[in-house]
Amino acid sequence: MDKIKVTMTVNKKTVETEIEPYARLLDVLRDNFGFTGVKEGCGIGECGACTIIMNGKKVNSCMILAAQAQGSEILTIEGVENADGTMHPVQEAFLEKGAVQCGFCTPGMVISSYHLLNKNPEPTDLEIKEAISGNLCRCTGYKQIISAVHMAADNMKK
Amino acid sequence: MGSNIALKEDDIKGVKMAAKISIPVLRIDAREKAGGWTHYIADYEFDNLQHGRFLRSERARAKIIEIRKPDFPEGYYYIDASDIPPGGKNNIQMIKDDWRVFADGDVRYIGETIALILGPEKQIVLDLLNQIEVVYEDLVPSFTFQDALSCKGGAIHGTDNIFAEFLLNIGDVDNAFPGAVRVVEGVYETGFQEHLYMETQGIVATWEDEKITLYASSQCPFYIRKSVAGTLGVPLGDIRVKQAATGGAFGGKEHFPDVIATPLAVAVNKIKKPVAMIFDRIEDISFTCKRHPGRISIKTGLDRDNNIVAMEIDTLVNGGAYESSTPIVLQRAIIHGLGVYRIPNARIHGRAVATNTFPSDAYRGFGAPQGLFAIEMHMSHIADEIGMPVSQFKRKHFIKTGDITITNAKMHDDVKLPGMLAKIEEMSDYSEKVKKYEDDPLRGIGLSFVNHGGGFTGNGEQAVIKGVVKMKRLEDGKAGLYVSVVEMGQGLQTALRKIASKELELDYLDIVYDNPDTDIVPDSGPTCASRSTMVVGFLVQECAKKLKIKWDEGVGAEAEHVYTHPEEFVWEQETLQGDAYPSYGWGVNVVEVELDPFTYEVKTTGVWAVWDVGVTIDETIMQGQSSGGVIQALGYASIEKCELKNGAFMQRTMADYTIPTSLDFPEVHTVFIDNPYKYGPSGAKGAGELVFDAAPPAYAEAVQNAIGKRIYEIPVTPEMIMEALR
Repeated sequence: MDKIKVTMTVNKKTVETEIEPYARLLDVLRDNFGFTGVKEGCGIGECGACTIIMNGKKVNSCMILAAQAQGSEILTIEGVENADGTMHPVQEAFLEKGAVQCGFCTPGMVISSYHLLNKNPEPTDLEIKEAISGNLCRCTGYKQIISAVHMAADNMKK
Repeated sequence: MGSNIALKEDDIKGVKMAAKISIPVLRIDAREKAGGWTHYIADYEFDNLQHGRFLRSERARAKIIEIRKPDFPEGYYYIDASDIPPGGKNNIQMIKDDWRVFADGDVRYIGETIALILGPEKQIVLDLLNQIEVVYEDLVPSFTFQDALSCKGGAIHGTDNIFAEFLLNIGDVDNAFPGAVRVVEGVYETGFQEHLYMETQGIVATWEDEKITLYASSQCPFYIRKSVAGTLGVPLGDIRVKQAATGGAFGGKEHFPDVIATPLAVAVNKIKKPVAMIFDRIEDISFTCKRHPGRISIKTGLDRDNNIVAMEIDTLVNGGAYESSTPIVLQRAIIHGLGVYRIPNARIHGRAVATNTFPSDAYRGFGAPQGLFAIEMHMSHIADEIGMPVSQFKRKHFIKTGDITITNAKMHDDVKLPGMLAKIEEMSDYSEKVKKYEDDPLRGIGLSFVNHGGGFTGNGEQAVIKGVVKMKRLEDGKAGLYVSVVEMGQGLQTALRKIASKELELDYLDIVYDNPDTDIVPDSGPTCASRSTMVVGFLVQECAKKLKIKWDEGVGAEAEHVYTHPEEFVWEQETLQGDAYPSYGWGVNVVEVELDPFTYEVKTTGVWAVWDVGVTIDETIMQGQSSGGVIQALGYASIEKCELKNGAFMQRTMADYTIPTSLDFPEVHTVFIDNPYKYGPSGAKGAGELVFDAAPPAYAEAVQNAIGKRIYEIPVTPEMIMEALR
């Protein structure tokens, strides 16, 4: 099969590459564009380690063909930090509350939390749990992550 | 069932929190991880990287008659046992070396490595793999305890399929049983459990500076070095292992990485190019070690006053096709077999058997969760039989300081279980709820007590490990810390920095500590057995004291500290007699549940934990350990079903093997009590495994309390509950 050319905006920069038609967006983000913060945990859309935001929607990048992302706007974990290199309030809260352990689920977890707070600045416990229910974590038992999202919500209101 | 425990003022007063070192700091690794910048092994870049895949056995037990291979294009390789260099061995040096690098002539479990296929293009490697045909002659496989003990199809291991057999005895069981007025018996079973670390297994082996160098997601870089050197038949120093950031491990990256590293090293030795082996999730669930399934039979005799006079336990664990650390897992299962109870006459017979299943290996708790589940459920069943509240019956038998343990030693710890029970009563309203749920067919509450020995069993820290740590004064008022124990999510990089900085009166950020590289750090032993903070942390504390004295010698001043076993602890390895562990962590859990009468699904409505880990090195890190350990254990007790069919795991993906999500369990309410241990850093004891041990029996007790039927097995599935209620 012939390679195809795709162009997309990742973390506010326009990037372009040639891919196999069957290439997954996850692999193209990692291998072609170097965004290795996007993790592969399961490859079947169950664990959420590869969560990104595409055209405003939260998606598992392992379940999307890169060709489908032609012309789209994508945010990966690498684009969550503020422009001056400081951490986003969600990331700050993850640090503060001890929500980071092995760190492998963290990029996807931060993206899901960020996406939630953009839509819903004052989430309840249940809304937070639902928002991160597609992101599996084996280390924390989720408690610290949930309290980090609450903290981030409070701090973002200030 | 009610409880008549009176809360004592003193019990609660005895509970004191937060030494100075417990005050939380920001985790040193968190910023980089939260930014997505941390490089795990799959994120590394290497020039000219070759991709490897294993050719694996599709049969549980068979002779290999022939392997039909396609022609390999140039640059693609088929590596097998014949590529092991002269002087090397087709064995993986673990505790024993029975596990083969490559199956040769026969296969003993589904997934066993037969060969390594590698080359520059992943897709071509996969195409080659698919074209290889292995011709087998099937033999009769053995999967169950019964198969193993009857040597079905002939012995897999030795002449009797027994990897290890131990007998522990205190008092006089045979003379005590006839005096019992009541005997209660039960058989308790626990299943396989998959670690499901979020980052799959992965290693890249390279040829750098005329040396095989491995970058590994690993708990034990020195284990990998030992196994690779043994396979290639070269001195240890010829192999270099560098730990890559490790995305969770839980025991699954203790010995198993040796199984990946050794074939890769054989390949690199031959082709002198870097080779990567990164498992995908299906491969990782299907073809890595699991927790040992256990079957534990307990028989208990009681006197007229409902005191236990004798207990006899028979413990079986399934080790799978190769031994690995199975005998040590069995030791821990039986040494924890009496739980937290003082039993005057007790005998425990333990056997680990060989079957044609994937070899079982280390998993957080290392045998203790199996033994503790059995004894806790059994104690609840006795209480039920005699009509005494569970908490009262268990409390009545609590071991106390100075009591004799199953290995004929005195319990040295200051046992604070009564105070911990009072604390969890206060937090959870346990006894009130027991009364309240008595006539409620849908709600229940369970209470469990556990302890967990810290560090290697017996004199292992002295006889086997001999841990060493080093420190050095660096430029700019910083100090370098050189240890082989790894960060794998548990917060060790932060904890060890805090310990060292306290002695040196530095900021913890001024302690420089990299992921271990076997060419740079001394061997302080593996990252396992709840030893890293307690044992290695103590070495770091003592080493830092030495460096403090030499600090004024200036930059470059060095100190080293080597483990010495405290003289008051005595151990005889041949008979397993003496002080099995210098100290124990202790725990109490309460779990509350509600049953859906239509689907038989169980909803957990409350979880509480009180732990004695000596002193917490960091309250936030330890809260994370408690929450994560308890939830992982609740998964083991409820939803994490892993079944075998003809020797293969039926669960192969994260959709089939489910672990707890954020919606499955409520938050774990945790309190740590203060009980400093004199040979732990700032008084800290082992903690990482303890926090796993208590939730499974508390959960199962809660379910049995709800449904009014005894539970003997985990995971407790809706199907089991439906059967029980029929």
